[in-house]
Amino acid sequence: MVEVKNLLKTYNHKTVVDDVTLKIEKGTMTSFIGPNGAGKSTLISIITRLIAKDSGDIQIDGKDVLKTDSNELAKKISVLKQSNSINLKLTVRELVSFGRFPYSKGKLTKEDEKQIDEALEYMELTDMENKFLDELSGGQRQRAHIAMVIAQDTEYIFLDEPLNNLDMRHSTQIMKILRRLVDELGKTILIVIHDINFASCYSDNIVALKDGKIVKQGRACDVIDACVLKELYDMDIEIQQVGDKRICVYY
Amino acid sequence: MKLRYLIIVLVILSFVSVFIGVSNVSPLDLFHLTEEQIQILLISRIPRLVSILIAGMSMAVAGLIMQQLSRNKFVSPTTAGTLDSARLGVLVSLMIFTAASPLQRITISFAFALVGTFIFMKVLDRIKFKDAIFIPLVGLMFGNIISSMATFIAYKNDLIQNMSSFMQGDFSMIMGGNYEVIYISLPIMAIAFFYANKFTIAGMGEDFSKNLGLNYRQVVNIGLVIVALVTASVVLTVGIIPFLGLIIPNIVTIYQGDHLRKTLLHTALLGANFVLLCDIIGRTIIYPYEIPISLTVGVIGSAIFIYLLLRRKKYGL
Repeated sequence: MVEVKNLLKTYNHKTVVDDVTLKIEKGTMTSFIGPNGAGKSTLISIITRLIAKDSGDIQIDGKDVLKTDSNELAKKISVLKQSNSINLKLTVRELVSFGRFPYSKGKLTKEDEKQIDEALEYMELTDMENKFLDELSGGQRQRAHIAMVIAQDTEYIFLDEPLNNLDMRHSTQIMKILRRLVDELGKTILIVIHDINFASCYSDNIVALKDGKIVKQGRACDVIDACVLKELYDMDIEIQQVGDKRICVYY
Repeated sequence: MKLRYLIIVLVILSFVSVFIGVSNVSPLDLFHLTEEQIQILLISRIPRLVSILIAGMSMAVAGLIMQQLSRNKFVSPTTAGTLDSARLGVLVSLMIFTAASPLQRITISFAFALVGTFIFMKVLDRIKFKDAIFIPLVGLMFGNIISSMATFIAYKNDLIQNMSSFMQGDFSMIMGGNYEVIYISLPIMAIAFFYANKFTIAGMGEDFSKNLGLNYRQVVNIGLVIVALVTASVVLTVGIIPFLGLIIPNIVTIYQGDHLRKTLLHTALLGANFVLLCDIIGRTIIYPYEIPISLTVGVIGSAIFIYLLLRRKKYGL
């Protein structure tokens, strides 16, 4: 369980994360939505120790994140940032192998190799494992990064806008894989996402943020609500029920 | 390019290098060397060969580490002020301690190189505009500022001639007894190999490193210490060899990628080969005189550098 209490972060007198308190249950997929500058990415970065907080308390499975050894934490939580645009010439397999670093420090064991093979297979990258990252398309590269996170084999996975610059086909493909990670492997996934329909269709819970504050958090069907979204985005959003999915129409 | 080709070429070039020179020592004499010939080999030829190999390897590896840590393909000891800072350090040691031992000199030179590189990396953190060409240009300017400080101090203290002797890389002055400090590079490079994986991860950025539980700052600092120490030892014994740390790692990247585990050995061997070849050319072209290594490496290196720059557009280095 991820527990955040009264988290606060200010940049140059501007409060980016303002008294955020939330609880994330294990084995669920939670989406963070909200307009630009709502503090979603900052929040994820603070929870995953990439950025220092000003005050507040973060606990993962009852342990304070900042008091846990960084390497131990790397076996429990993994984070993929939108800025993880690597300009190194590495092969897909090399990149995925780095996911095993917290365990083996670079000396890959048989167990590591097995995990890497599985991660590659899971992301359907096996046949291009020896290609260099710069030879791949945007979608393939994103999948390679997610494969690395899978190889890292952590209970909690934080993803910061993993659908950025992906077309619809690749976006759905990635969301389906994430869903499978939760349903089949019991992972807990926290994801920052801009497209509220992807959030609505694939996640269990949604946290809606605006100006660093939580506007609403709860089950996806409760947050995808005309009133909540009006407050969040300052625009009228009509919500339609298509099958068992709630779709936002805002065009 | 296979590793074994690099090794074969290195062995052949090393062999050739030992038998070039004004005093006649030919491979045929190898089994009945005169007393004088043995002396020549032990005092001049072999120290020269060893210092060429170590200097070539370590400067290439230093460049590779810097490029990885700064995440820029055009940063190297030449383009980050490291070489100039090391030189300023040597000058200061000459001024303050006229009778300093090589070990004291390298310590001072190392301290300067480390501080200089560190300042450059700090500047790098502040630059928002991370253009591949802009950053090394800033480094060159920074290096020139330090270099002009060195020239000013040298001018004030009548040390210009001393300074120019270690301004230019030159292997002709290498002799048994005055080059041994370069051996410091060997254990340092062993440490670099030990850290290969960590440098590669650090090269993917701070967030990426933290995600994998790597202490990013610590790894970067270790890398900078390695670079500074290696640079100081080479500047002190051989002088400045330009471009080496810039072009060798870039050539290796083209065929071997960026995983330091795969590239480190190639970079070291190619660096040694390159310097050895340049040295042989410099020694034979106006035989019996010789051209300093910094000139031959400078001419050949800059040509390769321009080629790499032009190629960059095509392959997106």
